[in-house]
Amino acid sequence: MPAEGLLAASWLLIALPLAGAAVLLLGGRRTDRWGHLLGTATVVAAFLLAVACTVQLAGLDGRAADVELFTFIATGELDVTAGLLYDPLSAVFVLLITGVGSLIHVFSIGYMAHDPARRRFFAYLNLFVAAMLLLVLGNSFVALYVGWEGVGLASYLLIAFWYTRPAAATAAKKAFIMNRIGDVGLALAIFVMFAQLGTTSYAGVFGSVGTLAGGTITAIGLLLLLGACGKSGQFPLQAWLPDAMEGPTPVSALIHAATMVTAGVYLIARSAPIYDLTPTARAVILAVGAVTLLIGAIAGCAFDDIKKVLAYSTVSQIGYMFLAVGLGPAGYVAGLAHLLAHGFFKAGLFLGAGSVMHAMDDSVDMRRFGGLAKKLPITFVTFGLGYLALIGFPFLSGYFTKDAIIEAALDRGDVWGWVLGGVAVLGAGLTAFYMTRLMLMTFFGRPRWDDGVHPHEAPTVMTAPMIVLAVGSVAAGALLVSVFPLADWLAPVFGEPAEAAHVVAPALVGLVVTVVMVLGVLTAWLFVGRREVPVTAPVRVSPVTRAARNALYADTVNESLFMRPGQWLTRALVWFDNRGVDGAVNGLAAGLGGSSSRLGRAQTGFVRTYALGMLGGVVMVAGALLAVTAG
Amino acid sequence: MIDAPDFSFAALSPLLLVLGAACIGVLVEAFAPRDVRHPVQVGLALTGTVGAFVATLLLAGTREVTAGGALAVDGPTLFLQATIAGLGALSILLFAERSLDPARSAFVVSAAVPAGSPRDRELVTTQRVQTEVYPLALFAIGGMLLFVAANDLLVMFVALEVLSLPLYLISGMARRRRLLSQEAAVKYFLLGAFASAFFLYGLALVYGATGSVRLRDIREAVTAESGGVLMVLGLGLLVVGLLFKASVAPFHSWTPDVYQGAPTPVTAFMAACTKVAAFGAILRLLYVAFGAAEWTWRPLIYAAAIISMIVGAVLGLTQTDLKRMLAYSSVAHAGFLLTGVIGFGAGGDGSGLAATMFYLVTYGLTTLGAFAVLTLVRDGDGEAGHLSQWAGLGARSPLTAAVMSLFLLALAGIPLTAGFTGKFAVFRAAIEQGAWPLAVVALLASAVAAFFYLRVIVLMYFSDPVADGPTVGVPGLPTTIVLAVTATATLALGILPGAVLDLAGRAAIFVG
Repeated sequence: MPAEGLLAASWLLIALPLAGAAVLLLGGRRTDRWGHLLGTATVVAAFLLAVACTVQLAGLDGRAADVELFTFIATGELDVTAGLLYDPLSAVFVLLITGVGSLIHVFSIGYMAHDPARRRFFAYLNLFVAAMLLLVLGNSFVALYVGWEGVGLASYLLIAFWYTRPAAATAAKKAFIMNRIGDVGLALAIFVMFAQLGTTSYAGVFGSVGTLAGGTITAIGLLLLLGACGKSGQFPLQAWLPDAMEGPTPVSALIHAATMVTAGVYLIARSAPIYDLTPTARAVILAVGAVTLLIGAIAGCAFDDIKKVLAYSTVSQIGYMFLAVGLGPAGYVAGLAHLLAHGFFKAGLFLGAGSVMHAMDDSVDMRRFGGLAKKLPITFVTFGLGYLALIGFPFLSGYFTKDAIIEAALDRGDVWGWVLGGVAVLGAGLTAFYMTRLMLMTFFGRPRWDDGVHPHEAPTVMTAPMIVLAVGSVAAGALLVSVFPLADWLAPVFGEPAEAAHVVAPALVGLVVTVVMVLGVLTAWLFVGRREVPVTAPVRVSPVTRAARNALYADTVNESLFMRPGQWLTRALVWFDNRGVDGAVNGLAAGLGGSSSRLGRAQTGFVRTYALGMLGGVVMVAGALLAVTAG
Repeated sequence: MIDAPDFSFAALSPLLLVLGAACIGVLVEAFAPRDVRHPVQVGLALTGTVGAFVATLLLAGTREVTAGGALAVDGPTLFLQATIAGLGALSILLFAERSLDPARSAFVVSAAVPAGSPRDRELVTTQRVQTEVYPLALFAIGGMLLFVAANDLLVMFVALEVLSLPLYLISGMARRRRLLSQEAAVKYFLLGAFASAFFLYGLALVYGATGSVRLRDIREAVTAESGGVLMVLGLGLLVVGLLFKASVAPFHSWTPDVYQGAPTPVTAFMAACTKVAAFGAILRLLYVAFGAAEWTWRPLIYAAAIISMIVGAVLGLTQTDLKRMLAYSSVAHAGFLLTGVIGFGAGGDGSGLAATMFYLVTYGLTTLGAFAVLTLVRDGDGEAGHLSQWAGLGARSPLTAAVMSLFLLALAGIPLTAGFTGKFAVFRAAIEQGAWPLAVVALLASAVAAFFYLRVIVLMYFSDPVADGPTVGVPGLPTTIVLAVTATATLALGILPGAVLDLAGRAAIFVG
């Protein structure tokens, strides 16, 4: 139904941060002094508006509001009307983006306090928030695509924020290029929709997608999945996400953990009516999710860079979400619940890592940390709560949401259900292992930092958001499962939650997962906690460790399969451009110039020559006319 | 006894206003004291042209044949008369500019004094201003107004001479580089006479074939029989005479020399107004008199369009003088205009007439503006027309360079300028009539021609200024008005062409 009241003003959600970005970017140095405050204020205002809008939405029949904005393109058969759709699904994303976004903006005030380009940083963050909100609020695939590209741009700008560092510049390029592969998939999916259905709006596509042939639906589903994999760092496009940690840590927290990288999950959940019709595409999602879950968890065990471990953890956790949404109706709510919980605890963990880096002179090498629990008590406690939530400690948020995914997988009831459930349980064990290793190396044991480093707790402006996120990490799971059941809230989108016939009793699943988790923790203690951590990584290690340290050779594969052939192709094209195209163009220009000079000789300056030329023209005209008449 | 023909004074008021002002101008020249002549003549000329412009607007919608069938006042007549009168008024303003040249005028004081003689050297420093150009220009404008209304071959010929003779004269009146100017005038006169002879011979042949010089009677004769050799030859020679005036290749050879030698305000006047008048006559002759014999002249115009576009674009590439470059540009644009003529279609149902008329407005305004900018950039010896002298102008005089860039972009047909809209209109008209090969050639020629327009922009902005480069004069009020009007119109017709296109579309019906 058309939006009324505050919901009609929901375009302000996008407009506010966008205006902030515009002011900061166009205002130049004049806005240096107060730019970060404006940037934070726009996002906080958007959050308050989002809360009010969501309250109003809860009272609406059918819980969906259409906001018509303007006609974006109207040409021929293509009529794209820009409009927003405020429904329960977009509402939870809007709250997550603006809520976590506000906290991270506040954190950044402290974290970026000494950076000369702080204003630019806040401008890009605002741009990101605006684009991300457009992504989740748009009422058509085209609007989603605009937001999709917008967050890609913001991500690129922010990864390369310290663009003078070669590593940051390279990482940004890598992220951009790998994302483009996914974007091509998304664009092709939209083209197919338009070619086959004549529309790109959610209402139009979902209303008529059933009329298409099965193969076409599967093609659309797979192309959308390619887009989702690119944005969410899923196999085979996962390699850019860990490198993206070259950006400032608040960026890692907001964009590369809590919000943007979950856009792929949003896309699949939003396209549920398409995937409901194509079991093939769903099976591929399941495979992608399961493989990524394991790859991320294994790689996470081997790295010594605190942010990279968290990044692989993100890859792995989004694998869980893909696995969940790939299960179809049974899994959408579980996947989204995990997404929200993950948004809280992973953002908190990244902010904690930022606080550690802040204390340790921007070092990220965990082998140089150790014994920080005493020096950074607030960081330790908040980080520790996030850690417990992530590994699924009983009754913290990860426990509820991860178990729900494993249950949903087992509920399939077939062999694949057992395989997927097994993979998910194994992943939980690995998660417990690498996160415990991270905790032990960072906060426990003997201090291994250099003499010049004096760890100190971060200022309040940084710790306050961490505390809020830690509280969220603890409580989110229980809230989403029992107090405000997400399944009921999302019922208008995905249908009423069905009481599934459980194959394995939920209590038993919880017990098994907890046991596996404890085993993971203990293993980590055996390997890491019991002994002294060497300051340099051991060189003589097993092949398994070496493979994990190389992130299972994803970069090697990418380089030999795509990058080198790509370089050969570009070299060949450059050669052809220099020799072939330029040669033709220059030759043509020389030819024209030469004929110009030759023709110019007729312009002698003598009237007799001119008159003769005219006479020649007249004879030609008369001859031609006579020929036409006679013939 | 001969009855006096019916004569609709109201319908002919634009013509009468301009010719009346010209006659009064001659009297002023004879009787008024020397020091008041300039303001009076300028005022008179502006009154005549602006009055004629307003009169055409008031006459909008008139459709009649008057003066015993010799003159037709219809949509195309009034639209083109308004264009000529408007562009003529702007040209008069350029003539009246007094603050650019140290000698206060672009025109020689006494044209009859031999160039280089002691008397001539004496006159170079005088502050006296010659005012005969105003009545002469008014006669030329009057001839043009008559030319586009002529419904009778003899009247058309008389109009051709009325517009040409004053132009020959004022071409030779440049204050600086007098020999070049006089040479241009003589060349223009000799070749013009040559072309007029063809026109007159064609007229005689057509009369012999059809027994009449009235376009209506000729049309009836053409429709009745397929037309003998006499008629076809006559048509060819008439067209040659008109193509000469429109500077269509291969009858264009006078254009570069005359454009370069004539005083720049006169060149601007010729480039803008003569082109409009010549195309008005071409359209009327071809469609009103010979519309039924379209198959005979269509290949002719088709070929002329292609030759003109290629010659103009290719020869423009190697020009180093801006005025000669704009002259070849004028040849190329004549070719583009002929694609619009082709686009009128056999039955007159195409959009070619409206497109051609719109193109004439845009081209006239843009080229007038471009020549007006040329009058600003000067060195010790008058205008600095050599390309190399314009290097780095963007840094020294940003506004001048920006305005010139706008006109050049419009001439090249870049979107958001009037030139693009005009080209789009004529090409579309040609394609609708199935002449897509012509449109392809036109696009290629546009691409080639874009090179020499853009080269000037590159020179102005991306080259270092020359050491003793030209100075950019501060224009007086008249030139400022011209630049403001032409630049605004060039932009406005590029962004919001709807109103004028619509007007041209509604005016595009000939009365027979």
